[in-house]
Amino acid sequence: MPILNQTSPFRLSALVAIPALLVGLGGSGASAQDHVGQYEQADVEFGVRLYNANCVRCHSETGDAVAGVDLRTGTYSRADSDAALMALIRRGIPDTAMPPNDFSRAELTGLVAYLRTMRDFDLRGVTLGDETRGHTLFTGKGACSSCHRVSGQGPRTAPDLSDIGAIRTAANLHQSLLDPSGSMLPVNRPVRAVLSDGTVLTGPRLNEDTYTIQLIDQSERLRSLEKSDLRELVAVTTSPMPPATDVLDEQEVADVLAYLLSLKGLN
Amino acid sequence: MATFVLPVHLMSTITVTRKFLIVLSLVALLPTVSAAQVTFERLLNADDEPHNWLTYSGGYSSNRHTKLDQIHADNVDDLELSWVFQASSLEAFQATPLVVDGIMYLTEPVNNVVALDAKRGSVFWKYEYTPSSQARPCCGAVNRGLAILNDTLFLATLDGNLIALDAIAGKPLWQTTVADPTQGYALTLAPLVIKDKVIVGVAGGEYGIRGYIDAYDVETGEQAWRFYTIPGPGEPGHETWENDAWMTGGAPAWLTGSYDPDLDLTYWGIGNPGPDLNPAQRPGDNLYSDSVVALDPDTGELEWYFQFTPNDPYDYDSVQIPVLIDAPDGNGGTLRLMLWANRNGFFYVLDRETGRFLNGDNFVPVNWASGLDDFGRPVQTPQPPGTTTFPGIQGGTNWYSPSYSPETGLFYVSAWEAYGSNFEPQEQEHQPGRVFLGGRPANPFGAGANVPGLRRGHINNWTEAAGGGAVIAIDPRTAEERWRVPMTDVTSSGILTTASNLLFTGNREGHFHALHAETGELLLRKTLGGMIANGPMSYMVDDTQYVAVAAGHSLFVYSLPEE
Repeated sequence: MPILNQTSPFRLSALVAIPALLVGLGGSGASAQDHVGQYEQADVEFGVRLYNANCVRCHSETGDAVAGVDLRTGTYSRADSDAALMALIRRGIPDTAMPPNDFSRAELTGLVAYLRTMRDFDLRGVTLGDETRGHTLFTGKGACSSCHRVSGQGPRTAPDLSDIGAIRTAANLHQSLLDPSGSMLPVNRPVRAVLSDGTVLTGPRLNEDTYTIQLIDQSERLRSLEKSDLRELVAVTTSPMPPATDVLDEQEVADVLAYLLSLKGLN
Repeated sequence: MATFVLPVHLMSTITVTRKFLIVLSLVALLPTVSAAQVTFERLLNADDEPHNWLTYSGGYSSNRHTKLDQIHADNVDDLELSWVFQASSLEAFQATPLVVDGIMYLTEPVNNVVALDAKRGSVFWKYEYTPSSQARPCCGAVNRGLAILNDTLFLATLDGNLIALDAIAGKPLWQTTVADPTQGYALTLAPLVIKDKVIVGVAGGEYGIRGYIDAYDVETGEQAWRFYTIPGPGEPGHETWENDAWMTGGAPAWLTGSYDPDLDLTYWGIGNPGPDLNPAQRPGDNLYSDSVVALDPDTGELEWYFQFTPNDPYDYDSVQIPVLIDAPDGNGGTLRLMLWANRNGFFYVLDRETGRFLNGDNFVPVNWASGLDDFGRPVQTPQPPGTTTFPGIQGGTNWYSPSYSPETGLFYVSAWEAYGSNFEPQEQEHQPGRVFLGGRPANPFGAGANVPGLRRGHINNWTEAAGGGAVIAIDPRTAEERWRVPMTDVTSSGILTTASNLLFTGNREGHFHALHAETGELLLRKTLGGMIANGPMSYMVDDTQYVAVAAGHSLFVYSLPEE
């Protein structure tokens, strides 16, 4: 029995097939519990941020730096449930280097969500260059800042990178630099909307429902559009960003990567 | 896939017949009540008083169809907000209210009960109940509503208690313990009253429970019978489990059943086996998990069963509401049917007298099975490790109430389409009260990509690859889709149909819809700003028809403007 490919006037259609996916952005901040074994994307992202700020020093980005402990397995001998894992993180492990932690309930939820899904992340080691040189390349030769916004500076028509180092792994970012289209997350696909008068709007999608879509257009204005009023609505799956190696050498890519990983956002 | 079509002469015109006979000896059992009370006879004939909504699904046949027709296609666009009830809880609002002669009875999440003036929204009383912190529901602290008999309301609580309340004063009459929350049991359903018994089933399929359905005396709260949804040693069906797997095999019953008074059978959907995702730990068909069971409401004895998903590896609970319809067989007799859109993605037509499979087909894309055989058993086609199974762990549908309209002859279901999960089974030792999932449902798009879960925030930024929602109209004569209305987000809303050929539903985007039941044409769209996760219902007070729907944390009630 085939898996149907549905099309609908109410659904945003893609121009080409979906590329491989990496870490996404967004998600809900609801407080209710999801199905056990499933973790809300917002919680996972919050957990990545907390892990990188609090845990990575001992456990490393790959989660296997402590002898006999591999966090990527998602199963832990001292904690057989999410509640037990939260209690362990909060309590610490006496007579080991694992200290007690004063995390809130929401923070513990995020950490557990990330730990349980850590194996899904690309945690390969990659070469990092010089952060300062990377910043110079970002605003200069690489021309990254001509599209991307960081800490309130730059245009809003490409993903804001202000906290990209807190929510993406080095390997994820490296892959995005080398293959922007192939690794572009569906959530980051710009949309192209043609109004009834022929006006073309392009820009990042902010939200969508059955009847409407919200986006930032090329003039950096918030637009809310009724789908039934549009002549055309598509998601663009080819990234406007060229591969970094088109303009940067290997060392320069490593430098930009180091700079991106230094971007941790306001918090 | 092959389609098994009922002989046309048997189902040329489907209509619902409602000639419920009251057995005299049964009437003798009932206590003497005043005319205003909701007697069992009134429950039997709920369809004859469409100004009220007397059971969770609107009546024992559970078709969520009202005979009210004041609101119709030509005026539905004139609907105005009459009143709003704002819950004091931020938990999901999944309850369907009851309405009895102008009084609405509503569970406010989680387990508070409110009596309101159904015309104005004014509150008569509020019974406050805080579940024990020992309660550990798998998937949200929810409650789906109440049952009523005479002047007594029945509330099933998250921490495993059944409480009888005086519907006039809002005070408790008795309370009995149904299940132990420390073992993972919970009660989230609206109870079902049949004759002099109130019937409930347990949730807890993610905790390695052994599920059961209980009946209690409506007057005293004493247990009348218990039906274990997993047969014990020596009982038929026990052979479908190996070793001690039956003791932790799950099979909860967390949605309200239906009742056929002519056959005197009550039908209940049974949930997933445990551990949910690792069938290797429980070889066999695992009866009566993922089945519908037909029980004698007086004794709890099993009359028949039909299993939808044997040895389920996907958490395809079969707790959906059994929808009962009657159809002429073409020879002067009546076909007694049960319609069932299952979480596993297939729609079924069963003979509810015997449990015999009559017809079925998938209503959403599936790849876990290539079809159903002549007996309705799925031809399973497990997907290789690391690939995506459709439907995913939340299923092609779930607990969202479907509807059947005798006017259109169509069955309507809220569906999740083209939504998948990568199932990763894993050996797990059971520990009482601990989650017993036996693996995980991995995100098919890898870390960080957005896929629908049970929750819904203000932002929807997943894509069509993650699936979407739909209202699907199915012709039960052929099991084929008649029309579908797709939605960008998946939907968790129930469905109401009316005698005026309207279909009311909602979605997680916060839209409240009225569609034409014959065509799916959109007639009304209102933005309520919160996920709609209950079943819209309708009632009438002082000759005005109302439609009530919960969105977010509030109940919205609509009616036509006064002339």
